[in-house]
Amino acid sequence: MTELAQKDERRDKNEHCGQIFNASDRCSHISSTNWETIIGLEVHTQLLTQSKLFSGSATAYGADVNTQAGIIDLAMPGVLPVLNQEAVTMAIKFGLAIHGHIARRSIFARKNYFYPDLPKGYQITQHELPIISDGYLDIALDDKNTKRIHITRAHLEEDSGKSLHEAVRGMTGIDLNRAGIALIEIVSAPDLRSAEEAVAYLKALHTLVRYLGISDGNMQEGSFRCDVNVSVKPKDSDQLGTRTETKNLNSFRFVEHAIQSEVARQIKILESGGKIIQETLAFDSVKNETRPLREKEESHDYRYFPEPDLLPLVITEETIESIQKALPELPAEKFNRFIAQYHLSAYDAHFLTADHDTANYFESVIHAEAIDPKLAANWMMGELSAALNNENLSIIQSAISAEHLAQLLKRIQDNTISGAIAKTVFEAMWHQEGTADVIIEKKGLKQITDTSEIDTMIDEVIAANPEELAAYRSGKTKLLGFFVGLVMQRSKGKANPQQVNQLLIKKL
Amino acid sequence: MHRKTITELAEALHQKECSCLELTRYFLDRINRYNPALNAFITITEKEALEAAQEADRAFQQGTAKKLTGIPIAHKDLFCTKGVKTSCASKMLDNFIAPYDATVVSKLNHAGTISLGKTNMDEFAMGASNENSFYGPVKNPWDLTRVPGGSSGGSAAAVAAHLIPAATGTDTGGSIRQPAALTNTTGIKPTYGRVSRFGIIAFASSLDQAGLLTQTAEDAALLLTEMAGFDSYDSTTVEEAAPDFTKTLNNSIHGLKIGLPQECFPEHLDPKIKTVIDQALRQLESQGAIIQEIKLPHVMMGIPAYYIIAPAECSSNLARYDGIRYGYRCKGPVDLQDLYERSRAEAFGDEVKHRILIGTYVLSSGYYDAYYIQAQKIRRLIKNDFVKAFQSVDAILTPTSPTTAFKLGSKSKDRVNMYTSDIFTVPVNLAGLPSISIPAGFVDQLPVGLQLIGNYFDESRILNVAHRFQQATDWHRQIPKNFE
Repeated sequence: MTELAQKDERRDKNEHCGQIFNASDRCSHISSTNWETIIGLEVHTQLLTQSKLFSGSATAYGADVNTQAGIIDLAMPGVLPVLNQEAVTMAIKFGLAIHGHIARRSIFARKNYFYPDLPKGYQITQHELPIISDGYLDIALDDKNTKRIHITRAHLEEDSGKSLHEAVRGMTGIDLNRAGIALIEIVSAPDLRSAEEAVAYLKALHTLVRYLGISDGNMQEGSFRCDVNVSVKPKDSDQLGTRTETKNLNSFRFVEHAIQSEVARQIKILESGGKIIQETLAFDSVKNETRPLREKEESHDYRYFPEPDLLPLVITEETIESIQKALPELPAEKFNRFIAQYHLSAYDAHFLTADHDTANYFESVIHAEAIDPKLAANWMMGELSAALNNENLSIIQSAISAEHLAQLLKRIQDNTISGAIAKTVFEAMWHQEGTADVIIEKKGLKQITDTSEIDTMIDEVIAANPEELAAYRSGKTKLLGFFVGLVMQRSKGKANPQQVNQLLIKKL
Repeated sequence: MHRKTITELAEALHQKECSCLELTRYFLDRINRYNPALNAFITITEKEALEAAQEADRAFQQGTAKKLTGIPIAHKDLFCTKGVKTSCASKMLDNFIAPYDATVVSKLNHAGTISLGKTNMDEFAMGASNENSFYGPVKNPWDLTRVPGGSSGGSAAAVAAHLIPAATGTDTGGSIRQPAALTNTTGIKPTYGRVSRFGIIAFASSLDQAGLLTQTAEDAALLLTEMAGFDSYDSTTVEEAAPDFTKTLNNSIHGLKIGLPQECFPEHLDPKIKTVIDQALRQLESQGAIIQEIKLPHVMMGIPAYYIIAPAECSSNLARYDGIRYGYRCKGPVDLQDLYERSRAEAFGDEVKHRILIGTYVLSSGYYDAYYIQAQKIRRLIKNDFVKAFQSVDAILTPTSPTTAFKLGSKSKDRVNMYTSDIFTVPVNLAGLPSISIPAGFVDQLPVGLQLIGNYFDESRILNVAHRFQQATDWHRQIPKNFE
């Protein structure tokens, strides 16, 4: 090694040491008001295909190491890829849902680099002619405003395997179960201006792929992961700043924190007269900081060229039409319909349509027993949501089915029980004590609507509280609540509150 | 017995003139006797072959024997054969036992043929002399001091010396036809997409095509009918069913138009070779063929375009040989980079490394447009030349190789000279057309081949012309004298 080269190496090392960035310790003194943040996202979504993108191997998550890797996934000498048509259909669904252009002819390419989890030494992806281009997704900024985020391209590609650094002592193991699983990579335009917008876009995308049934969107299992491109520039400048790319973020929170810390880091460097280096970063969620990623290969020259083992992918008008016809209702359409058809607020509609399963549950509830949509919405956003969160369950794992919740809400609607009592019944239902009617009957929770019975209770309460009665009659009408409370207490909550109110006013 | 063609051997088996076991033993004996001099085989699968022969005899007893049941063949050592070493003549795969059969192998097994072994070749099919093998060069049975051509040199030498009635080969730029020409055998490369590439260790995916080395065009037609057809494991195979190529062998060639591209008969062409080709042309004319001159203006740009496209694809195709999952791994790697570098440096031969380097270079950013894209443009021009030519002729005829078999070692230091061996065959691969080389005569006791090029998926036509030519001549019946 020459002296010069040694010096260069030392300098590189020093630079790397200096590049461990922490957001929290410098947020305080940043004048972020002068800067504009430019963000673009690349999202890798695993498709829910039965088999891999170019082989017949199974795709289930969590199988024993290398049990879902056949000769093609292992890149045995002589094997060839054959394109999975189901993946193509899913990509087209996505393209249609984002109002994108579906390429009638697209090309697969080889991206060449060496890494142990990449058995062929190249990844089959799409480079110059992707299957989807020029789409968009609208995101809600608040209750009134939306923003259109452009999607530059979405292409089909295969996933890599995994290196297992801890599995085998003194060696690195390779698990190729994931190698070859179908992905679409969705590349947004640099239209996003804050971490909040980026997360809103990501959530909308997540909702969409789940609506379409093309991905389970499971972020912990890596089915939906995100690379974030971030740059900052002075607000009055037209010139884009140098960007960095933070790789492989697999939760909404990490995306938000990674962007915040990276923006803070870049602004601090620029404000102290430094320069941003275009580089790839990783996010340390424990330390809440970005840091340079050790690169997989020495250089970035992937030597793309058209994959000679696959013919150009040709898509006919008929294929697109038939997929278009079978497309489910999309999140934005459902949101608008919920407001129009059920007279829900934007807030309620947003909550109910954010997730396909939640929307289905809601519609099942109101259709099962002709339940008032607002009542159903309130219960789903209140009690049900709390119970699910409490046990970290998704709505399809709910202990109370839509039909059973509908039966409970029906008893509120027909005045069999009050809302307050209904919460007790809900609690019992959650613990599998039976249906609403069974619990109401068993626990004797039926609402008292017999006027004479309520009258008797009111008379007893008034007789027992002469001083309050006098005060009320001398003008302290606020004491009505006091009397209502006592009557309800005496009825053990079962008296109809409206009736109690009306009768009390008469008697007092 | 070894002078018989496959057609004749099949007849003998069906007439019970001999058993499959006897036939297999006979050819195994010839292989064991002559292979040490030729080095045509890397692996001889004696045990498996004898078992398969006994099974074939049972099929004859039970009346379930097919036309080709019991016919011995051999496979070039880049066809994956389940449970058998498949080395690609490389140190890299010296320890590789294929876990599956190539589609061609399973189709020929299904047809009843028996594989006696795996033939020698240039490492990863890169070469025109068979000198680039980890297992040493193959010798030409016509003169043991000369090369048999390559890369399917082992298959060609084995068929030429009648150690095996026929053998599979692959042809990326001439690797079947050039050795066929240099060994007095018949070698066919079908249309790209006619025969499945699944299970064939890839060199250059857009050019590789499997074919055959046989004694006659008729044998080639018999075997190709079994090998060809759509394969759901190879997206580049065509969906239409392949015809029975034997049905049209005897069609008349009266009035058939054969084009002679001026570019393939340059002034500096060896006059002795030209004389042989001229005689063959007169023979075809006497059978009613009409010879006419045509132009293929870009065909001489084939070699430079080929030596960009083929290395580009090979640099990517050979990336999987990384010492991780199978094949050679260097001893005591200190880290991942060392594992990659030493495994590949120690196990690939010079020619393979040379082409990987060229291919990596021409795909690199900044050079891609100047080399790879430019080469693809030339490829398109050459293809268009042929498409235009086939509007006026039924077949095209050229010499297969500009020279007869050359001396071992005479060109191995001179790459460009070696590469021009394929000057007449390479354009055919770039265009993806079918082509056959057949024996046309001798120069100084060394065989000369002529190449017939057909239109897309018109293998039937060139097999027909070749067969009619062989009916009228006996060049293909000549056997090298030490192997009679």
